[in-house]
Amino acid sequence: MSYITKRTITELASLQRDGLSCLEIAEAYIKNAQADPYNAYITVTGEQALERAMALDRIREDRKAFPLFGIPYAAKDNICTKGILTTCASKMLAEHLPVYDATAIRHIHSAGGVLIGKTNMDEFGMGSSSDTGYFGKVINPFNEQRSAGGSSGGSAVAVATGACAFALGSDTGGSVRLPAAFNGVVGVKPTYGRISRYGLIAFASSLDQIGVLTKDVTDSATVLEQLCGKDAMDSTSSEQSADLVHALSQGIQGMRIAVIRELTDIADSQTRLSITNAAAMISKLGGTVEEISVPEISKCLWAYYVISSAEASSNLARYDGVRYGYSAPDRTTLSSLYTKSRSEGFGTEVKRRLLLGGYVLSAENRSAYYLKALAIRNEIKSTLSRVFKDLDCLLCPVSPNISWECGFQGADTYKNDICTVIANITGLPAMSLPCGTDSNGVPMELQLMANSFNEQALYRVGYALEQALKGGTR
Amino acid sequence: MNYSEKYEMTVGLETHIELKTQSKIFCGCSTKFGDAPNTNICPVCTGMPGTLPTLNRAALDYAILAGLATNCKIASLTKFDRKNYFYPDLPKAYQISQYDMPLCTDGYIDVETDGEISRIGIERIHLEEDAGKLVHEKDCTGIDYNRCGVPLIEVVSRPDIKSAEQARGYLQKLRCIMLYLGISDCKMNEGSLRCDVNISVRKKGSTALGERCEIKNMNSFSFIVKAIQYEFDRQCELYERGGTVLPETRRYDQATGRTELMRTKEQANDYRYFPEPDIPPLEISIEHVSRLKEGLPILPDERKSSYIALGIKSSSAEMIASSKYISDYFQAVIERCSDCEGVANLLTGEVFRMLQGDDDEIRLSPDQLICIAQMANEGIINRSTEKKLVSLLWGTDTDPRKYVTDNSLVQINDIDTLKGICEKAIMQSQKAVSDLRGGKLTAYKAILGKAMGLSHGNANPVLLDQCMKDLLGTDDI
Repeated sequence: MSYITKRTITELASLQRDGLSCLEIAEAYIKNAQADPYNAYITVTGEQALERAMALDRIREDRKAFPLFGIPYAAKDNICTKGILTTCASKMLAEHLPVYDATAIRHIHSAGGVLIGKTNMDEFGMGSSSDTGYFGKVINPFNEQRSAGGSSGGSAVAVATGACAFALGSDTGGSVRLPAAFNGVVGVKPTYGRISRYGLIAFASSLDQIGVLTKDVTDSATVLEQLCGKDAMDSTSSEQSADLVHALSQGIQGMRIAVIRELTDIADSQTRLSITNAAAMISKLGGTVEEISVPEISKCLWAYYVISSAEASSNLARYDGVRYGYSAPDRTTLSSLYTKSRSEGFGTEVKRRLLLGGYVLSAENRSAYYLKALAIRNEIKSTLSRVFKDLDCLLCPVSPNISWECGFQGADTYKNDICTVIANITGLPAMSLPCGTDSNGVPMELQLMANSFNEQALYRVGYALEQALKGGTR
Repeated sequence: MNYSEKYEMTVGLETHIELKTQSKIFCGCSTKFGDAPNTNICPVCTGMPGTLPTLNRAALDYAILAGLATNCKIASLTKFDRKNYFYPDLPKAYQISQYDMPLCTDGYIDVETDGEISRIGIERIHLEEDAGKLVHEKDCTGIDYNRCGVPLIEVVSRPDIKSAEQARGYLQKLRCIMLYLGISDCKMNEGSLRCDVNISVRKKGSTALGERCEIKNMNSFSFIVKAIQYEFDRQCELYERGGTVLPETRRYDQATGRTELMRTKEQANDYRYFPEPDIPPLEISIEHVSRLKEGLPILPDERKSSYIALGIKSSSAEMIASSKYISDYFQAVIERCSDCEGVANLLTGEVFRMLQGDDDEIRLSPDQLICIAQMANEGIINRSTEKKLVSLLWGTDTDPRKYVTDNSLVQINDIDTLKGICEKAIMQSQKAVSDLRGGKLTAYKAILGKAMGLSHGNANPVLLDQCMKDLLGTDDI
């Protein structure tokens, strides 16, 4: 059945026109999702998905009204699905059944998407290897000694292994782009505000953004178009429209792209080489490439960990054992209910960040850490908006290293987020794009970043590079 | 012991006022008070994972109105912040409030106590959400989230208040302004107006402020007054005994009339404030504020001035204007009659005596009250009948003129009739008359009282007195 599960959304649509039913598509993907040798899924909603596929097969109206008609997808387990477990890979929410659907889920549903399951992740999105969760780590299908990337590792692996046609993830500091890179799929974190966060269980509200993981750039544009738009339930969502699929084939003639010296310099040799290759391709396709220096970028990582932990400490305070989620059984006082529920319900990495967040927000440390981090954030924002006056796209690594061995945890892994946190700190859109494999067969990727709400630039350059690279990879 | 010779108090009040918008501040749930527990709740106001707040613009406008009516500056840019603390009635474990960029700043209200007007500064007014309520049962505690997310404003006064009575005056004025604006019910028994009191004491003549204590969650004007008085004495006594006042949070015990320690400064929460990332900063245009300003109703101070201009004495004008209900009633009077002074006296005298508590209604129509006052002015009834009519007609729709005629309450102005009554009274008061003749001048009152009684209270008191004096030949009394 791999003739189905290896297909892109575009190809599946064409197979549908040739008579392939939604049910057949769903069955093929559900089979992979249920086998799940990589621990990519926390919940597979096989029965519901089959019912939905059959219902779609009965629809006789114009399928063009449903750009994702009968397309099986998975959602990261921090995106609320009504009546379907949404655990954030935490013991705290191991039995949590949301009473409502996230806006993103509603959008995909009305576009015809078929939810086949909820994917594994780092607990509450905190991690870069999908190994901090309550349900065990996600395994990298290319090399099980290597990290699957995180925190949306389950979503990336599910897409890479044909266990869904596309997946939703969330990206707070690189959580869509990094696992996409480690698994050879396209990962896009759109501009902050592009996709409603209503129903995305918050990690760090000013940085969180739902993102899409797909087999190729075209699929990514197709899915993202369905997700964009103002949502009355999210005051930070934007009204800006997104015309993406249409822009793909416009080419990159005259587009101005720059590589950031500080990020290329810290990358390993193979990553540096793939950046050089991509730059050459861009020039060949009619774009211009220059090198720029943004020294402030080194401060991003520090600001990111301060701000994200601060917001997390507030966002995760609601898990107190009172209303929902894990509630410690042997409590005697209110204070023991709080202490025990939180001590037993959260894992080590989450606790580490909550402590860090409480520390940087405390009265005595606020100005030394939190306020300083906000100042850095503003500084970088204005620097990059200046940079984008003369540029369409930035080209840089997703991670300084192609991928890393499993087993590293905590602060040791934080530094690897240096290339991805920039887009979260500034709210800018970014894409990670496969560019072949290294000598060991491990996927390699590039990252593109564009100005606010200029996803078009990402998709034009991304599509052009993808086309140029085709044949050399898969 | 009375310390007020030697010490003076400095008081600042933080007043929480619930706004009576239809829906809550960050979701669409009803704000209705008194519904069954947890019936006006949704995923947003119970802080379910993944939910986000969206601001109810009506709450923002109400808060701006409160600022305008208390002479505040309205911020052109404002934002919300999170105040983080754990408590079961706070489902997100943070309250969305405003920290360093409050909506309204630098206002004041004028407060009249004992005929003296003092200006009490308002440092800031900010907008926030209310928490739920713990309901303690016999063997468990329940949580009612209906109140969770009801919009609140917190009005922070400057420490300009110098006495417990002034604190009461400030609160009454603030409440009155909110009622005039129609933005809150300000019902203390329902918790829609609550108050924290900050109080410090210093020696008279000293310029430095003493250490202050905060008394939390007061919900009655009279308890606030008592708590301030108690706390003033407590702090003075500490100083007198050579002790020091510590910065503490205290609670007032209604049963004992004392304040008790809740927590010391060391135990105080660190609220870890930071900007609320889920609500973008708000720009408030000058045009929007102007539109709201144009729509402001006439406020108590303005009403009071207009009453004084009508010839009503200042204390009555204050009494009438300080209740929106009474004042609205009096506006109807003004529209219907030219001589309002008599009605004002009747209103602040007999009518106020008839009212049972703040929420009671005047059970006489403005027309009835005007008619009663007019009859007194015209001499148709005397002043004591005028007063009696208020209670006699209370709750009826009887025409006062008809009532006066039907019940023979018309004042007797006829000199011959009055003379006849006086003669009869003299005859029936032989003892008093001989006392009077014997030099006991107070006996005159007994005789006059007798005559008034014989007229069934209807005699014109001035004429009756004159007749009596003529008959007794006692002009010098």
